[in-house]
Amino acid sequence: MSREKGWKEIAPAGVCPKSSVGFMTGDWKTYMPVRDLEKCTLCLTCVMLCPDGAIRWRPELGKIEIDNEFCKGCGICANECPTKAIKMTLEQE
Amino acid sequence: MTKNQVNQHMMALNGDEAIAYAAKQSDVDVVAAYPITPQTIIVEKFSEYVANGEVQTEFICTESEHSAMAACIAASATGARTFTASASAGLALMHEMLFVCSGCRTPVVMAVANRALSAPLNIHGDQSDSMAQRDSGWIQIYVENSQEAYDSILQAFRIAEDTGVLLPIMVGLDGFTLSHSLENVKTLDDEVVKEFVKVRQLPEVLTHEGKMAPFRLDPANPMTMGPVAFPNYYFEFKRQQDEAMHNALDLIQKINDEYSKLTGRSYGNGLIERYQLDDAEVAVVCVGSTSGTLKTIVDELRHEGHKVGLLRLRTFRPLPVEALRSALENVKAIAVMDKSMSFGGNGGAVYHEVRHALYDAKSHPQVINYIYGLGGRDHSPHELRRIYEDLLRLLKTGTVEKHLNYLGLRE
Repeated sequence: MSREKGWKEIAPAGVCPKSSVGFMTGDWKTYMPVRDLEKCTLCLTCVMLCPDGAIRWRPELGKIEIDNEFCKGCGICANECPTKAIKMTLEQE
Repeated sequence: MTKNQVNQHMMALNGDEAIAYAAKQSDVDVVAAYPITPQTIIVEKFSEYVANGEVQTEFICTESEHSAMAACIAASATGARTFTASASAGLALMHEMLFVCSGCRTPVVMAVANRALSAPLNIHGDQSDSMAQRDSGWIQIYVENSQEAYDSILQAFRIAEDTGVLLPIMVGLDGFTLSHSLENVKTLDDEVVKEFVKVRQLPEVLTHEGKMAPFRLDPANPMTMGPVAFPNYYFEFKRQQDEAMHNALDLIQKINDEYSKLTGRSYGNGLIERYQLDDAEVAVVCVGSTSGTLKTIVDELRHEGHKVGLLRLRTFRPLPVEALRSALENVKAIAVMDKSMSFGGNGGAVYHEVRHALYDAKSHPQVINYIYGLGGRDHSPHELRRIYEDLLRLLKTGTVEKHLNYLGLRE
């Protein structure tokens, strides 16, 4: 890990020295969403309702991707999925 | 008027109107506010300017003071010049957001028409509201009259927005005593004000993309202000805020000098105002409008041959420790006036801090405290004169009867 900086070296107001993409904030969840590709109709409800932007629609691939490094495991996607294609399952080490 | 000073126009304004007029001339981008007595006139008057098309300001009528301050922080974070006003319960409701504002280094200027806090409910003037926000990271300036209210708002934008300071600032004026009292106020031309307040400058900061960019929210250079800071960094950001306060000490004096050259008006050195202090044996330290009355009492007692003086503390945050010490260390007996109470604190906030400033003095004057004017309680010249008489008696006997005194309180 790099040396922690002194107060004279950092920007004011807590301005982030790196992009939020660089902070893995999904490593403390208990349950993770697992998608059943047979049931998924690509309606994108989960993409729109994820409060953390952790579910992304990749139009060039025609696929939905769940980013588990940012997913907090809240389960909103599973709850709202109209075809019950997402199941919250206990995250394994 | 000396040759270099600018033209001024005498207007009849109360303190609130003087502040609204100063804000109008300062080319403010955003005002978000909620009305509360005795600040209401500021917001009313400013909304008239907006309705008449006299300003280009985005005026946001929020549903509470908490939201008003949140809107001000967001506006200021985009680089906009931002102004608001509040008092009493309104300022108390802002409490949480005041810390967010100073922590985000958003230089919002706020007028506070000082008023008592409930309960019991009281709409009248005292300084409990802003004194309770002492540690919120805001610069605090208290004015003596409506003229100074006008002048201080113009100065406040320069102080707050300076890239070496970047701190929010509150300008306190005593509720009703100043906010609602009509006075002659000398105002400047719009163009002169515009040149004095300048356009807000932004410092450059290192963004997460590794490049320097102006410190503001801008989609072209995304940055986050005030995100989470864990125990390994939070402390460093707080130290930066304290340093900015120290920088403000010098800047407030510099702006006071610059304004003096422009208008012929200055307020001491901007931090403290010394009145007949040079050879004074006893002195009163006061914050706000009561200083005006005390000056006439000093004149009266000087005429009678007593060596008395007054120190008006104009800037309470940052506390001008060295200026206080050098101005007071040769005085033998001092009374500090507090228009607010620190319950159980054995004296008011101003008293504590003036005593603190004198701890390292060459000699140690006797320092006593007078709590006065709570909830708008009148303090007549006759009563105020008695403070000097107490001090002169103390000078003679050398013994302090009571350190903590309540002016005009019924037993």
